[in-house]
Amino acid sequence: MSGYAIEAVGLRRTYRSRTGWLRPQRREVEAVRGVDLTVGNGELFGLLGPNGAGKTTTIKLLNTLLIPTAGTARVCGHDVVTQTREVRRRIGYVFGGDRGLYDRLSARDNLRYFAELYGVPAREQKRRIAELLDLVRLTGREQERVEGYSRGMRQRLHIARGLLHRPRVLFLDEPSIGVDPVAARELRRTVADLAATGTTVLLTTHYMAEADELCDRIAVIANGTIQALGTPAELRHHADGRQVLEVEAYGVADAQLAAIHALPGVREASVTVTGATQVLTVQSDAGVDVQAAVLRELDGVRLGRVTARQPTLEDAYVAIVNRINAPTRPLEAVGG
Amino acid sequence: MIAVGLLLHTKQLTRSPFEIATALIVPVVQATLAVYLFRAGGEPGRLLEAAVGAGLMGVWSSVLFGSGGAIQNQRWQGTLEMLMLAPRPPALMILPITLATAVTGTYAMLATLLWGRLLYGVPLNFAHPLLFLVAVPGCVLGLGMFGLLLASTFVLLRNANALANTLEYPIWLVSGMLVPLTVLPGWTGPIAAVLPTTWGARAVQEAASGGPVWPSLGLCLAISLGCLVAGALMMTHVERRARAAATLALA
Repeated sequence: MSGYAIEAVGLRRTYRSRTGWLRPQRREVEAVRGVDLTVGNGELFGLLGPNGAGKTTTIKLLNTLLIPTAGTARVCGHDVVTQTREVRRRIGYVFGGDRGLYDRLSARDNLRYFAELYGVPAREQKRRIAELLDLVRLTGREQERVEGYSRGMRQRLHIARGLLHRPRVLFLDEPSIGVDPVAARELRRTVADLAATGTTVLLTTHYMAEADELCDRIAVIANGTIQALGTPAELRHHADGRQVLEVEAYGVADAQLAAIHALPGVREASVTVTGATQVLTVQSDAGVDVQAAVLRELDGVRLGRVTARQPTLEDAYVAIVNRINAPTRPLEAVGG
Repeated sequence: MIAVGLLLHTKQLTRSPFEIATALIVPVVQATLAVYLFRAGGEPGRLLEAAVGAGLMGVWSSVLFGSGGAIQNQRWQGTLEMLMLAPRPPALMILPITLATAVTGTYAMLATLLWGRLLYGVPLNFAHPLLFLVAVPGCVLGLGMFGLLLASTFVLLRNANALANTLEYPIWLVSGMLVPLTVLPGWTGPIAAVLPTTWGARAVQEAASGGPVWPSLGLCLAISLGCLVAGALMMTHVERRARAAATLALA
């Protein structure tokens, strides 16, 4: 058997669609353009990337839901195209959001059904379901219909469902999306516990802190290809030689952002919105003080706190992802 | 697994407010249509036949829209991918759904008869009451298996409901659920002969009004079994195509 839990070589996936009847127009989108990666047994591996980068497509290629246009992938030594059932026996899949459960059934009924589907022996089902309800802290609420559950509870039920058959490899596709901070922390603890017990986890997320805290290694994917791969510490080096200025502001216009991006020494500039506040993040060459020039460009904008700091993993991620973008294009909001 | 799936999918289906509203209204409408149709045709003596036929239409609608709609619903709920990820033949994932739609359709039959009795005084004088109790579940089972063949087609289509709509009336018409096959054009004969709905409907009608039930029921189940095998093979093929065409999920 292979020493890797997951191996992908030259994985590609093109989506083809056709619109119109009289004059049909064909459209092709290359979602994944040659992904190579290996994930060791028991490793917690992160796949980071902006929306549309190819994270979910990659996961679906690895978990047999999609067939690759080219390339090969193996999970626990089994080919994802020709040995589908062998792969499915060994994997669990959890995705974020409200969907994927039978809302009008109770949590227990959902788990009971999927236990049957995933081949959990009948004599073990009751014990296993109780064990998992306990693990995801839904004991006592298991008889309630899922339609009455909060998003965090649904997400925890998703995880319980994904673990029913004790998968060797767990695919977690943005499991913390839309989950409140407390629930997200609990979720991270659950994922860390799983990895500690030897389950291989492939996690996609938008949240850098989550990836930084949990992952042994991270691959940054953008435009369907892996742009960088390494431990969180190694990835941070992508922001070496830079410093970061953060400015809280209210009403930064696109033109101002573009002007800041064009300032000498500025490498990246982006605005993220949190509630009513904008946070302008400017990455510049270390040793070049851009603060005065940036504040000059923001003349007339109401400002809050201004902070200079060292680059984080998130800054490194932004640097990696923006390397492939047009040089003059201001950064989009990252995260969310 | 099929039993647990059938039970839980029936539970899921029967808790839908839309299903409940439909179940309350449609049988009344169907019973009314059938009774007035036969009265207008000057055959008031065949009201039981009319009510049974209307009930069968309810079972068929439930299977047809259930098979198409249930798979579409699985897509909307995000559960279709989770079902297909199970390490089982794809047909086994879908069969409990189509059987559940047939089981919930049985309610339409019972409700139509009940409303026919209460509102229009349709006499419930079954020629073979016990055989009727066998023929209805047999027919339901047959239609559930036939549903799998339909479902295997529906998996590929993002707008499966469009196909379901076009199939509803022709099938119950050609199967002789309400109108005798003898009044239909000759070319419909061969189509009717290969549809399990024809033989299932005939078995139920014979149990209600008199006639040899077993041959019709046997033929219904035999053809349905053929549909089940064809549906299972097709489902395996279709599942692979859906993975290639990325039609399992909405996105």
